[in-house]
Amino acid sequence: MRFADLPRRMIVALGLPIVLIVLWWLVSARSTSFFWPPLSTIVRAFPETWTGDPILHDVLPSLARLTAGYLIALFAGVAAGTAIGSSPTLRALCEPTLEFLRAVPPPVLVPVIALFAGYTGSTSKVITIALGCLWPILLNAVEGVRSIDEVLRDTARSYRLGRRATLTMVLRGASPRIATGARQALSIGVILMVISELFGANRGLGAAIVQFQRGFAIPQMWTGIILLGVLGVALSGLFRLVEHRTLAWYRGQRQADRGA
Amino acid sequence: MTTLPVPRSLSLRARQPALGLLGLVGAAAVVEVLPRSGLVDSRFLPPFSSMVSELAHQLTVGEFWAALGGTLRGWALGLAVAMIAGIVAGVLIGSIPFLRAVTASTIEFLRPIPSVALIPLVVLIYGSRPQSALVLVVYAAFWQVLVQVLYGVADVDPVVRDTARSYRFSRSTIIRKVLWPTALPYIVTGFRLAASVALILQITAELIIGVPGLGRSIGVAQSSGAVTETYALVIVVGLLGVAVNASARAVERRVLRWHTSVRGEL
Repeated sequence: MRFADLPRRMIVALGLPIVLIVLWWLVSARSTSFFWPPLSTIVRAFPETWTGDPILHDVLPSLARLTAGYLIALFAGVAAGTAIGSSPTLRALCEPTLEFLRAVPPPVLVPVIALFAGYTGSTSKVITIALGCLWPILLNAVEGVRSIDEVLRDTARSYRLGRRATLTMVLRGASPRIATGARQALSIGVILMVISELFGANRGLGAAIVQFQRGFAIPQMWTGIILLGVLGVALSGLFRLVEHRTLAWYRGQRQADRGA
Repeated sequence: MTTLPVPRSLSLRARQPALGLLGLVGAAAVVEVLPRSGLVDSRFLPPFSSMVSELAHQLTVGEFWAALGGTLRGWALGLAVAMIAGIVAGVLIGSIPFLRAVTASTIEFLRPIPSVALIPLVVLIYGSRPQSALVLVVYAAFWQVLVQVLYGVADVDPVVRDTARSYRFSRSTIIRKVLWPTALPYIVTGFRLAASVALILQITAELIIGVPGLGRSIGVAQSSGAVTETYALVIVVGLLGVAVNASARAVERRVLRWHTSVRGEL
């Protein structure tokens, strides 16, 4: 029965995307508009635009900076968030300041960091990404640590669990909230990856797309937009895969709680 | 619960605002001391007091208010368009199972596309006019609202829906009396998320594309070496973000109070 279901589900899932792409292809086929080149032209431009040199010098460095900044934010955010969340006094002390820092729209970090370090090197871009991703992770980690079950905490204390075991317990308990923060941070990270490359003379995925736009290489620009879109989809898919595996216990618990 | 924890948490709650204020003052003091002591070059980070006096000066300048107005107008307009489009599309798609099944994969694909990818396109079409910012803001905020509305519509109690159908409620009555109350808390969550995303994209568009507003003022101040003004404007944008978050949360509390009070009686 499941096998019989499979083709139907495939049609339902893939139907609309295929229809939309075919529609785009047909409608744009005889387009002479400068901004909206035929999809066939864009597809033909894709391999020559994004192979060899651009992959090595634009796409991979962008992704490396995103990864570095994101991981720094993840470790720093979880570490600081756990510390702040564990102490009510520290939390009360820091919360308004953190709320303010979180509320600053991350793109304005770019000009501020440019004041310090200029904006040509990789370091300033990694710092931008890390600082932008930090706040959602940190605040969610604080919230996650705070909302750990009282009973769980007291039990750990009664059993005199060691520091390591307690820390594991706290991190596990906070991990669903940390995952929420990490998901928000990921989309901010992608935005900052692109924005940080638009300042000054740079290389990178975002810089390359704007270069195409300034040079009026419209089909190439479109390939860049599509590549960036695919990247966003791939990263969110990857995130969901990791989340699905690491938080399997949490889903099970929630289902049990609901009595399903 | 014993009575023991109550006074403890009460005393902490009483201390909380004071401690928070202390934290803010401490942060300001650090920003004041770092440049004054020479640990950080004051060309990069001016003392906090001069940021504040620059901020006070800005409040008397007409350009500042024009920029603030531009940012707020773009943010509010984009948010309103995204809310209306998201709610209409969400209720429509969510209440028709066929549409929901067919569009699910497309929505999952379009949602994570970063709206900054559209920057080159809107620059070509609109240049640095406010429409550029509007497109980016609406695209980013729309998905936040749509996805929440879809969750909300899916959350409708099947028994309630079947009851309404058995009593032959018309489609519009079902939407008003069954669907809307269930979906409202989700819609408000979507509003809160969309409000802060919309501000981020509005500022981004101003900073990168040069749409008139606070973001552009920051970019101009930074590139012309007006360091203190840059920081003063960043503080303004941060306060704007705090105000947006706080007012979104206030709206949420209002709506949810009604919601939880109903559920409390059940």
